[in-house]
Amino acid sequence: MISSSDTSGLPSRRRFYLAGIYGLWALMGAALAAPAALYLLIPPRRSRKEEWMEVGDIGALAVGQPEEMSFQRVRKDGWKLIAEKTTAWVLRRSESELVAYTPMCTHLGCAYHWDEKNGNFLCPCHMSAFSSDGKVLSGPAPRALDRYLVKIEGTKLFVGGVKPGEQVS
Amino acid sequence: MVRRILDWLDHRTGLETAVKEFMLEEIPASSGWPQVFGSMAMFFFLLQAVTGLLLSFNYAPTPGEAYKSLRYIMAEVTGGRIIRGLHHWGASMMIVVVALHMAQVAIWGAYKKPREATWMAGVALLLITLGFGLTGYLLPWDNRAYWGTVVATQIAAKSPGIGDYLTRLLASADGIGVVTFARFYAMHVMLLPAAMAGTILLHVVLVRRHGVTPAPGDTAPKKKFYPGQVFQDTVAIFVGFCILMTLAITVQAPLEKLADPTDISYIPRPEWYFLWLFQMLKLFEGPMEVVGTHIIPGLAVGLLILLPFIDRKKVARLSDRKMAMAVLLLVATGLGGLTTAAIRSTPPSASGMSAELDGAAWQSLEPSELAGLSHFRKQNCMTCHAVGSQGGKLGPDLLQMPRKRSIGELVEFFRNPQQSRPGTNMPPVALASRQLNDLAAFVLKLDAASAEALLETPKVVAEGAVVYQDNRCNMCHVLNGAGKKLGPSLNGVGRKRTRAWLLEHFVNPQKLSPGSTMPPYRLPDRDLASLTDYLMALE
Repeated sequence: MISSSDTSGLPSRRRFYLAGIYGLWALMGAALAAPAALYLLIPPRRSRKEEWMEVGDIGALAVGQPEEMSFQRVRKDGWKLIAEKTTAWVLRRSESELVAYTPMCTHLGCAYHWDEKNGNFLCPCHMSAFSSDGKVLSGPAPRALDRYLVKIEGTKLFVGGVKPGEQVS
Repeated sequence: MVRRILDWLDHRTGLETAVKEFMLEEIPASSGWPQVFGSMAMFFFLLQAVTGLLLSFNYAPTPGEAYKSLRYIMAEVTGGRIIRGLHHWGASMMIVVVALHMAQVAIWGAYKKPREATWMAGVALLLITLGFGLTGYLLPWDNRAYWGTVVATQIAAKSPGIGDYLTRLLASADGIGVVTFARFYAMHVMLLPAAMAGTILLHVVLVRRHGVTPAPGDTAPKKKFYPGQVFQDTVAIFVGFCILMTLAITVQAPLEKLADPTDISYIPRPEWYFLWLFQMLKLFEGPMEVVGTHIIPGLAVGLLILLPFIDRKKVARLSDRKMAMAVLLLVATGLGGLTTAAIRSTPPSASGMSAELDGAAWQSLEPSELAGLSHFRKQNCMTCHAVGSQGGKLGPDLLQMPRKRSIGELVEFFRNPQQSRPGTNMPPVALASRQLNDLAAFVLKLDAASAEALLETPKVVAEGAVVYQDNRCNMCHVLNGAGKKLGPSLNGVGRKRTRAWLLEHFVNPQKLSPGSTMPPYRLPDRDLASLTDYLMALE
């Protein structure tokens, strides 16, 4: 980058200097950038495994009528283990089939609600509407509602990890 | 294309011209390897700034949280150990490089007229560097940090005339608290970096104004800073960088137990570059103490600042600077001697008391599973059963058992093996149902990955878990996610409390935690001891 009429030594010595300067700085830059990038970009090691969380009793849940059920979720927040209240929209689609949606719109994360009149889920922020099976009916939402993995023991509902909804094509 | 962009930029900002001017500065032909330390100090300061910034992205600057977040950085964040290692050892590196830089300047007599102001700015930089070390020492909030800073603030409090005001400034009148911590943090990340940047700027401007000091009798034509000297500076920086990287990777930066103000057995030690001060205090007792804490260090700093006015002879050859050399040697010997004496007198327990970060295998077990391990041992299950490579051969290897059994099924089996599996040789396990539950929970926990480590669990810990289960502590307390939340979680209680506190708390909870609904527990001494050991060892 710096050209000059410098007369310090022969051209070959100058070349050696330049190679040394740029080479060593590049090496040090890489040796620093690598751990820094790992530090900032790789998610922290988790000692805790995903667990099934008990949502509640679904014995009284009517077919076709979604209900927002709240439950305690224990999760790792940085260096803390926190217990927080969260919800799931639970819908019994038939006697044997049940879905639980995460309570956030897939557009920008607002809380949506069940619109009784039209029989669909409606997000008040940007008017995304979802059918009862989670598909996008209208609005800017990019994918169907995200679902929890569900497990039923007796009449108790447990939810596990989240499965993202299908992208709108 | 690149040329055109650079030209455009240079025309608007003069950036390229400025860089060129800086790099093509003329320096004496005699300068070379001895003159590399200034650039090195600059590099290590910038490195501290970068690693410090990275740490702050994951660090919570309040007592307690500070410790937890630092543990998180070191145990969970990818590369966190290296970043903290670089910052921790980098601080020591800076002290070494700054000392070498000053020694070189002193030996060459480079502080002499007209460079007095450059030298004085340099002494200010030394003091700021030491200030970084002193304030950063508290930030991990472990025992070492806490007790080391207690001593430092007590010394500040005894400053003749201004002690009272210093105590108010440091908010350390009632010991080290949240406000003290906030002030140390603010100094470390706001005040000192700003002061450092400003003083470095002044220092470099002055160096450029007066030029690098030529060796006496050097009348050769000057040479350019770039590329010869830049190459030498780069090589020196690279060597220092390699040493630091090796330290950061191979030697884990210390993190002791959480700061415990009640731990009166802790013997604080300052960082190695303050050890000479620490040792010198031992030489002065009673009313003479102030000599060691303030007068001698104050005189040393004063002499250092005024050095150019004390030694006013013209720049001379090294061989003619015998007096200066003698003084320098004397100071170095004194510092070295005091430091060595301090290291020699360090009891082995005071150093190298790092907390175990990776945790033993049993740390992840719920109390019921851990109690099950104790039953597993007491029932001598391994006389017949193998667990991997250990144990007997009569019964099946417990690691080869079908995984998908429930605790209930196993308990049924333990109670009456013949009924569940006709023809088996296994005798019934003679334990109460609750204990059988715990045993089943433990057996289900055994897998090839962790079995060996689990079987090495200290006896006292497993027995402590049995006491925990027998007294149904889980009815009110959560531990590793199991139990009810009426009372506080017990994870990490050993970092918050002392053993003595716990022992007393069992007997009389309300005395130590007013308003607590915990009933008193009068356990047999042996049970009390193992339960307390278990709780103290928990992470």
